[in-house]
Amino acid sequence: MLKIRNLQVAVEGEPILKGLDLDVAAGEVHAIMGPNGSGKSTLAAVLAGRDGYEITGGSIEFLGENIAELEPEERAWRGVFLAFQYPVEIPGVTNLEFLRASVDAHRAYRGEEATSAVDFMKLARATSKQLRFDTDFLKRGVNEGFSGGEKKRNELLQMLLLQPKLALLDETDSGLDIDALQIVAEGVNTLRSKDRAIVMITHYQRLLDHIVPDKVHVLSGGRIVRSGGKELALELEEKGYGWLEEAAA
Amino acid sequence: MSETASRTNPKGDEAIDRHLEREYEAGWVTDIESDTLPPGLDEDVVRFISAKKNEPEWMTEWRLEAYRHWLTMDHPNWAHVHYPKIDFNAISYFSAPRSQADGPKSLDEVDPELLRTYEKLGIPLHEQQMLAGVAVDAVFDSVSVATTFKSKLAEAGVIFCSISEALQEHPELVRQYIGSVVPYRDNYFAALNSAVFSDGSFVYIPKGVRCPMELSTYFRINAQNTGQFERTIIIAEEGSHVSYLEGCTAPQRDENQLHAAVVELVAHKDAKIKYSTVQNWYPGDSEGKGGIYNFVTKRGLCAGERAHISWTQVETGSAITWKYPSVILRGDDSVGEFYSVALARGRQQADTGTKMIHLGKNTRSTIISKGISAVRAENSYRGLVRIAPTADGARNFTQCDSLLIGDQCGAHTFPYIESRNPNATVEHEATTSKVSDDQLFLCRQRGLDPEKAVSMIVNGFCKEVFRELPMEFAVEAGKLLEISLEGAVG
Ligand SMILES: Nc1ncnc2c1ncn2[C@@H]1O[C@H](COP(=O)(O)OP(=O)(O)O)[C@@H](O)[C@H]1O
Ligand SMILES: [Mg+2]
Repeated sequence: MLKIRNLQVAVEGEPILKGLDLDVAAGEVHAIMGPNGSGKSTLAAVLAGRDGYEITGGSIEFLGENIAELEPEERAWRGVFLAFQYPVEIPGVTNLEFLRASVDAHRAYRGEEATSAVDFMKLARATSKQLRFDTDFLKRGVNEGFSGGEKKRNELLQMLLLQPKLALLDETDSGLDIDALQIVAEGVNTLRSKDRAIVMITHYQRLLDHIVPDKVHVLSGGRIVRSGGKELALELEEKGYGWLEEAAA
Repeated sequence: MSETASRTNPKGDEAIDRHLEREYEAGWVTDIESDTLPPGLDEDVVRFISAKKNEPEWMTEWRLEAYRHWLTMDHPNWAHVHYPKIDFNAISYFSAPRSQADGPKSLDEVDPELLRTYEKLGIPLHEQQMLAGVAVDAVFDSVSVATTFKSKLAEAGVIFCSISEALQEHPELVRQYIGSVVPYRDNYFAALNSAVFSDGSFVYIPKGVRCPMELSTYFRINAQNTGQFERTIIIAEEGSHVSYLEGCTAPQRDENQLHAAVVELVAHKDAKIKYSTVQNWYPGDSEGKGGIYNFVTKRGLCAGERAHISWTQVETGSAITWKYPSVILRGDDSVGEFYSVALARGRQQADTGTKMIHLGKNTRSTIISKGISAVRAENSYRGLVRIAPTADGARNFTQCDSLLIGDQCGAHTFPYIESRNPNATVEHEATTSKVSDDQLFLCRQRGLDPEKAVSMIVNGFCKEVFRELPMEFAVEAGKLLEISLEGAVG
């Protein structure tokens, strides 16, 4: 599904990713771990097509198509979803209108009709309930005055409504209490299916207890320095990243 | 002009004659039927206009006084608005409704950009034709609609007609109220308007009557061609209510570059006037040619206790906008409100704001101003809150928010507070924000194209104002902003 080869990315002339390879097949769940500042969010942003990240080498292939030159919305329509590490507020725009515009934009790309207000309301209510939001939540401004945990759950709400093919979760578990973590994990698990893939950026084994990954990668110094199965995460929890960085150096 | 008219106003006839001579001297053959004056302004022009409208003599005299006063005034200079000097002698001050024969023959002859906009706004075809000045059959849907509503209004005792008609039918009311809120001495453009006003609306709501409909939605087509010096008067008697809608979201084409309107509102004891404007002058062609200069004096007087006047406006369009809808809070416990969205894009300049003059006890005012600047536009908010020594317990709350799209535009806020009563409370909040890259990226990541994303963010920013608009208008206003912002993001 996703094939990254020798990806090199610079931000303001500064190389951040320095030859990264990654293969994610449909149906798989991958975890990306690694020290702060190693380039994890950069990878997610580049995959989603954010401005200001210059691809200086390598390739990104998604579902057999080179997506490196596509606009962010074009990637989104093809099924790439990014749950942000720091979700931003959009004052005055209600969650409901935002979600609907977003779902309708995806439908338009697929040549489907816009949702009816009633149908969409039902769907949005049901999905919010699944994430334990109360009914007023849809009327609030996008992330406006939300707690950290609410913001993260709101990313999940968007994801569940859009049903992406490739979900990139950037530290979606950070700052969540145990209950919220449980809710988020349940949500992510409902998305798991043989024709979707999930890439989770995380620092914590506790998320991986709930969403068991097929593969774990360690990103350090702009490269994947180690890949393995779910037991790699346990090893990292025990030993930290130091031994890998030393090994890579 | 009719026979009767010339008999009742011989003085006016002389003026017309003199004018005809002058036109002839200038080498022009002017058909009196065409009802159009050559450019230029003097006392004869003022008399001519008044005579043409068959106005009572006091009206002619008032216009002349205004004209004489105007001559003594200097053209104002504002720090944040720049435009070439206006040559007032290059303007023609009287032209009857443009003959349909001069207009485009069909929509095929109309600027396709304009038509594209009409379509996006969902304006029905016959309205498109009217707005674009295409000759259409005199009978079309809205005429009969208008007639139905007129009779409904008459039943309620509401007077809703043109100022010209009011001067014939209800001269005593016009005489009592014209200039009572905006005297001709008020400012340069108010003086000019008083001298040469072309036409406008007159609304009178009798005591205790709740006007049975929003005024002007159904009349907006018929209200075209009011000319460049529009004059509007709305009077709400004790305990009455009225909601008046001005303008139209469709870009209005107009050959007149200068517009200087005056609007006067009077709310008596326990009366409420809600005045909503969505203004979208034709911004000119792609080179900006034909852009409108819009200098407006709008003022409301809360004359009695607990009177309530609310201005809501959404402004886009004109090349230059200068306007400060104001409220004079004279009655004790009266309320003034101002909700405004002003969008300036391209090289537009907007200088808007409000004045709240607190005279009565426990008077309250609220100001919510949302300024949006895109590309290279300059948007200024200028607000004055004045609390007189008599205004014990007066309260004002002002919130001024500016939103910038791009980094070459500007927003300026000039709040003036003059409080001469220690028992008054004045609060002011101001924010400036940008449509951030993070917000845009979030929207685009969720599948919205950049234009849709910006329009959504801007609509959210304006929410507090939009919810003050009548429902239909709010939806149109949202669409209008979306269209206006097209191409503002790159
Ligand atoms: N917009 C930016 N401008 C400048 N430097 C950046 C920017 N974004 C990220 N960086 C730098 O790139 C490196 C990787 O950052 P990031 O991808 O956020 O790491 P991680 O998510 O792994 O903690 C850091 O050194 C960070 O300072
Ligand atoms: Mg990060």
